[in-house]
Amino acid sequence: MRRVFFGTCLFLVAFLAAASCSDELRFYLRSEPKTFNPALVADDSSETVRYLTGGVLLRLNRQSQNLQPELAQAWTVSRDGRTITFTLRKNVRFSDGTPFSALDVKYTMEQLMDPALHSPTGDAFRSSSGRMIVTVLGPDKVAITFPAPVAGLAALFDQVAIVSSQSARHEMASLGPFYIAEHKPGSYVYLRRNPNYWKHDVSGRQLPYLDSIKLEIQSNRDIEFLRFTRNEIHLINSMDADYFDRLALSAPAKVRDVGPSLDSEQMWFNQVPTAPIPAYKREWFRSRSFRLAISSGISRDDLCKVVFKGHAIPARGPVSPANKFWFNARLQPVPLDTKRALQLLEQDGFRLSSGKLYDRAGHPVEFSIVTNAGNRAREAMATMIQQDLRAAGITVNVVTLDFPSLIQRISKSFDYEAALLGLVNDELDPNAQMNVWLSSSEEHQWNPQQSAPATPWEAEIDQLMRAQASSMQDATRKKYYDRVQKIVADEAPFIYLVNKNALTGITPTVQGARPVPLRPQTFWNIEYLKLADERAGSGN
Amino acid sequence: MEMERSERGAGDGWKSVLRRVLLAAMTVLAGGLISATLVRYAPGFGSDERQLDARLSSASLAAIRDANASERRILPYYAGYIARALHGDLGISRSLNRPIQQILAERLSITSLLAVKALLVAWLAALSLVFAAGVLRLPALSLSSSIGSGVLLCIPAGALALLSVLLNAPGYLALAVVLFPKLNRYLSNLTAATVSMPHVLAARAKGLSETQILVWHVIPVIKGEVLALAGVSVGLAISAAIPVEALCGIPGIGQLAWQSALARDLPLLINLSMLVIAGVTLANSGADLLSADRGQAA
Amino acid sequence: MKAIRLAATVLIVVIAMASVLGSLLPVFDYARQDRERINAGVSAAHWLGTDDLGRDRLSRLLHGTQVSLLLAPAAAALSMLLALVIGAASGLIGGFAERSSKLIIDLFLSIPWLFLLLIVRAMLPLNTSPALSAVVTFLMLGALGWAAPARILQARASRLRHAPFILLARAAGISRCRLVSHHVLPNLRPVLLAQFWISVPVFILAEANLSLLGLGVAEPLPSLGSLLRELESALSLGSDVCRFAALMVLILVVSSLQIAVPQQEAC
Repeated sequence: MRRVFFGTCLFLVAFLAAASCSDELRFYLRSEPKTFNPALVADDSSETVRYLTGGVLLRLNRQSQNLQPELAQAWTVSRDGRTITFTLRKNVRFSDGTPFSALDVKYTMEQLMDPALHSPTGDAFRSSSGRMIVTVLGPDKVAITFPAPVAGLAALFDQVAIVSSQSARHEMASLGPFYIAEHKPGSYVYLRRNPNYWKHDVSGRQLPYLDSIKLEIQSNRDIEFLRFTRNEIHLINSMDADYFDRLALSAPAKVRDVGPSLDSEQMWFNQVPTAPIPAYKREWFRSRSFRLAISSGISRDDLCKVVFKGHAIPARGPVSPANKFWFNARLQPVPLDTKRALQLLEQDGFRLSSGKLYDRAGHPVEFSIVTNAGNRAREAMATMIQQDLRAAGITVNVVTLDFPSLIQRISKSFDYEAALLGLVNDELDPNAQMNVWLSSSEEHQWNPQQSAPATPWEAEIDQLMRAQASSMQDATRKKYYDRVQKIVADEAPFIYLVNKNALTGITPTVQGARPVPLRPQTFWNIEYLKLADERAGSGN
Repeated sequence: MEMERSERGAGDGWKSVLRRVLLAAMTVLAGGLISATLVRYAPGFGSDERQLDARLSSASLAAIRDANASERRILPYYAGYIARALHGDLGISRSLNRPIQQILAERLSITSLLAVKALLVAWLAALSLVFAAGVLRLPALSLSSSIGSGVLLCIPAGALALLSVLLNAPGYLALAVVLFPKLNRYLSNLTAATVSMPHVLAARAKGLSETQILVWHVIPVIKGEVLALAGVSVGLAISAAIPVEALCGIPGIGQLAWQSALARDLPLLINLSMLVIAGVTLANSGADLLSADRGQAA
Repeated sequence: MKAIRLAATVLIVVIAMASVLGSLLPVFDYARQDRERINAGVSAAHWLGTDDLGRDRLSRLLHGTQVSLLLAPAAAALSMLLALVIGAASGLIGGFAERSSKLIIDLFLSIPWLFLLLIVRAMLPLNTSPALSAVVTFLMLGALGWAAPARILQARASRLRHAPFILLARAAGISRCRLVSHHVLPNLRPVLLAQFWISVPVFILAEANLSLLGLGVAEPLPSLGSLLRELESALSLGSDVCRFAALMVLILVVSSLQIAVPQQEAC
């Protein structure tokens, strides 16, 4: 009896010890995930959950920027770029035990490409109208044929999380390293390790190493910062420069600047012909010399130094140097040159008088820049641009608006003069930006939905983007897209300002973390992360 | 005769309550319509940040734009909402993609508890200071209480929320600190004005203690205003809860209100507005009722 | 007490004069960015250091104080006036006027007015000057901030309606104007003053929060509220004490105003 008693006590102690030692990673989501349906993911928080729980056929290695096999052991793309054939891994099961097969791939793709669903991931595959056809060639072989060639086809599958065709709750059965165990709306999402995860490490141990992940919902960055300093959370995926520098002073081991990210900050002028702005201002904004002059009148070096505390580089064009293959290294950032700016303006009949610039008709040069309120970096950038252009006699009014009001102005009413916003880039392939460059598109920010290209250079960009989309040769595509970047630099429809660095925070207890510029910066290799004993207080 | 009078009094009392309930219901309905109209005509209505997603096709963008087509004509939309609400269907939140009933059920108790605790703490603190100043009659205490309230009013809510996180203090304390100076200021001024009234001077001359004076001669005089302040403080607590919850990360109605305002989520905002209007109207009506009852009894 | 009151009054005058002087002297340029001295500490060139864009903190504090201390009390006075007219008047009249104004006040306390503020912002031209945007913001705050004090004023006025001395004055044949000016207003003064003292700092802080909606004082013009927003960041913890200068000024002004003006009136 005594033996049983002591045995039970020992068991309980061991159980409790194990429970308190369980590896639970904690970090914040900055907003409530809007959906757990991987096909409908469009916001950051939902994307985080999808990344951690979704099993994909192919994964873009965020470090090497190369595609690697995941649920698909091998794949081939047909010469015409319309068909991709996958050979799937065998004996893989979803988190709820249902087996994974080609039928699940078929089910997933058909859901994704349902036009009624309006999936952003699905839309990325839509290069033309017409139906996609999925052919199940065997339990572990499937071919997907599109109506037209899709450039960069294979890489798009990095965003396609396979859902189960057999499970009662299709989206909740996971093939990824974790599954959603609990969701308390407004508070947290709790993920547990997938007991059926197919991946093993080199020693044969089943991955992931972590037992669970707690994603608390917290939009306040100050609270996130405070909790991180107190080691109450383990990661900050993306940090502002101010917080980074403060932590770098007090806890340098916790922060890492991994270099330029894919993101950029840019401004543009409203060139919409029907915009409710004075006609003389529209003429200014449509003038290449004017745009180039404004570009030359802004100190990008100061923006990097002051706003981003040196954790940014002057942008050269639409592609960041972090995008190793697609970046056009021949482009140079535009240096501050107020003299050149004034020369360019003189070419268009502008003249400086008593410190103020006037156009040909005698109108003082004054315009407003709209940007989103609450974004300290953008507000600071706009204020600095205001000061820079004052030297050229130009008056700039900074107008901060809440985001819905801003979107309405730049997308619907076109009641704005200049806008300052950022581009959050998750994808490397320029095809992802097709809608920005095509003049007929709604996303062609400076002058959307043109029935015919308004300028010869926009017509050339249209041609080049279509050509690169239908070519299967990377070298050819690169040539076309380099030319697009050159035209954009010459014509400056967007005035690219900076590429921000990826600034991350990782507590030393997290082992295996190798932060990178691409999203998700700190946990892209989540299966391989583990936690050192927090009670011991030190990690590698 | 006395029985008839008391029966008549009771009957009038019920009529008064019924009238107040009806008026409150009308206020809630009118307020809901005004709120819905303001949201509908505010800039950014119908805008969605997905409109800036370069991956989306024109068909998808059109679908996003049309998602709130039914909300554009506000009167039919509101009438339809009321009809559905009477059957228990509060609608679906566009920004959170979930039934509003569920969302409110999860969050209402959090904010209610937060507001109740904060109001209790703030009222207790304010009343204690006012009584102490009244009983002890120390000008220095009154002065420092005034200055203290003034200092607290000057500290931004964000800084208070940050401090509460830093000190691991519960959120309701941050809210109480926001409410306290307003209550203290009003109460101090009300009692200070009353203690210098002739009847109070007479009572003091007759040798009554300061406590007796406060309880018998000051409070009864200002009870109407204090009850009105109590009703108003509920509204102040609800509106102050918005920044406190948003900044402290408390998943209550306040945080929800801020997020839904930024998302222009009309279905959710109508429900939240009507909830707030109902709460404020109830609190103020309750204060009026208490004030009226005591008046009748007197 | 008199000496304290005098000292408070002198302090208010000194702060007011300093802020006016600051706006007149060209050396105090609130917009100039010294980009080599970002978040710098106290120095001969910058007596209170610089902010995160290298702008002189002292200049911004002087200009910001002028903007806020001119406009916030004006807005507070406007909300007092509206509270008086709507709340107190209906309380004095009683009956239907009192009942209907209670409804209006309840509505006003609970409707999400931020959407009205957004509508107002959308109606303003994008090139509205920072000064005009500041005036419009504080005007809106004053126009929307009357409901809470109106409720309390109404309760007080309602009590006064039945007060013996009022009945006596009426019976004596006093005119309405005299009744209001000599007997009603002095009794409403404590509530009005309480509202005023609360409103000034609340409006100053509210203006800064409205910048999240695109209202508020536009860059580069500073206001006390926008300077105080620096304190809402965790980065203000452990930073240069000069960051707290705006808070100190606001506290000094609000406290001094409370001390300088007597709170109660014997009736």
